[in-house]
Amino acid sequence: MITTIGKKFIKTSDDIGNAFLLLVKTVRSSFSEKQDRKNIINQMIQIGIMSVPVTALTSVFTGMVLALQTAYSTRNIFNEPIYIGSVVGFSMVKELGPVLTAVVVAGRVGAAIAAELGTMKVTEQIDALYTLGTNPIKYLAVPRFISIVVMLPILTVFADIIGIIGGFFVSVYKLGIAATVYKNDILDYMRVEDLCHGLIKSVFFALIIVTVACYKGFNCEGGAEGVGRATTQTVVISMVMILVSDYFLTALLVLFGVG
Amino acid sequence: MIKIVDLHKSFGENSVLSGVNLEIKDRETLTIIGGSGCGKSVLIKHIVGLLKPESGNIFIDETEITGLNEKLLSEVQKNFGFLFQGAALFDSLTVGDNVAFGLRNLTDKSEDEISKKVKKCLSMIGLEGIEQMKPSELSGGMKKRVALARAIATDPKYIFYDEPTTGIDPIMADVINDLIIHLQKSLDITSIVVTHDMTSAYKISNRIAMLYDGKIIGTGTPDEIKKTENPYIKQFTTGSSVGPIKMKVKAHGTDTESR
Repeated sequence: MITTIGKKFIKTSDDIGNAFLLLVKTVRSSFSEKQDRKNIINQMIQIGIMSVPVTALTSVFTGMVLALQTAYSTRNIFNEPIYIGSVVGFSMVKELGPVLTAVVVAGRVGAAIAAELGTMKVTEQIDALYTLGTNPIKYLAVPRFISIVVMLPILTVFADIIGIIGGFFVSVYKLGIAATVYKNDILDYMRVEDLCHGLIKSVFFALIIVTVACYKGFNCEGGAEGVGRATTQTVVISMVMILVSDYFLTALLVLFGVG
Repeated sequence: MIKIVDLHKSFGENSVLSGVNLEIKDRETLTIIGGSGCGKSVLIKHIVGLLKPESGNIFIDETEITGLNEKLLSEVQKNFGFLFQGAALFDSLTVGDNVAFGLRNLTDKSEDEISKKVKKCLSMIGLEGIEQMKPSELSGGMKKRVALARAIATDPKYIFYDEPTTGIDPIMADVINDLIIHLQKSLDITSIVVTHDMTSAYKISNRIAMLYDGKIIGTGTPDEIKKTENPYIKQFTTGSSVGPIKMKVKAHGTDTESR
């Protein structure tokens, strides 16, 4: 029993250390070597543009339900629906925008990266890259790293806007709140720091997704079953890490006066 | 010349190579034979630097490669071409881009020169005009031939073939054998082949070496191997279940050993 726990502990520590080393090598390679622009643009389209529909759908309904819940709650307490714009705006920009977008991207993009790299590993394509004078980190991890670190914050801003628009429609057309009231509720209280708060978090979430996905893909073993396992582990680990790190990042950013 | 001295490698508690000594002369075709899982592929992956040994040395033209850093190793790797067991073509690229991959990464050739070289390599393996096809559109035999074109495109000094005839029909296997002999003569290269297909081994080799129990237990010309009195080599080359090589077989739910 103790041996089993010990082995698991060593394996987990080993994985964390190696994943961190992979991130360091990827970051170093991103800045020190000439990049393949075509490959990066292709990845940006796959990671960013192709994630727009699912991000829009998730955030619009999140904004709508937030407006509805806030209205019902404030009506119970204050006898009228108030501060809906503020609650929807702050929730989307500081929390739900970055977290929901990261979760959606982890499910869609993280899984795809792990499956693609995992398949390349088990079919010896990663070994083939080495024998053809190409470092797989530079060729495979770096374009994905750059693309996701650039595209996730952009998607987050997009999700913030769509969520706020969703809240706007519910507030104005269902709850009968004046459009200017909703708008002023947001603009009167929202600061640039609040937007930065969400964007900084989304960059960290991007690092989590790409590191976990690339590490699981590069270390995939055991044929089709192994690829499936790597994909599932990527989604589960990324989502858990996003949610856990969200708390600590929030506490840290507030401590430093960002949002 | 390639020289392997006292090479050891284990995976966990499983010792795969336990003191391999082997010398491969320039411009010869050496075939390494041995049972499935005996470590043949592991051995050639050590020679090309894809795996690191626990101890022992590998000399490529007087350069000891086991202690080289990534950059120096990639310089040595420019001398290698590798045909992987499953072809390991890059799924996302066309046949033309697969063959051109090493040329783009390892040489300063212009796109025009690369295009001509790709055409030449594909014609050498008898597959002209398929540059725009994707690997998924090719049969198993065609994939191996394209992988061969990719391996020879950079004019390597050494070509490694990992089970070149496994998984394809006997006629296509003979086509591959003929190609290996033709390339050997026309390009004047050193070939290292790993196989358990004795028909192929006898046809293409100048010398044959047998790997058993983590060591090279005998080497010789095809004629010498045919006439050998070594009971291990004799049993393997004749494909007999009777002899000193014990195979674990599972029959009717019980573990038994062949006689």
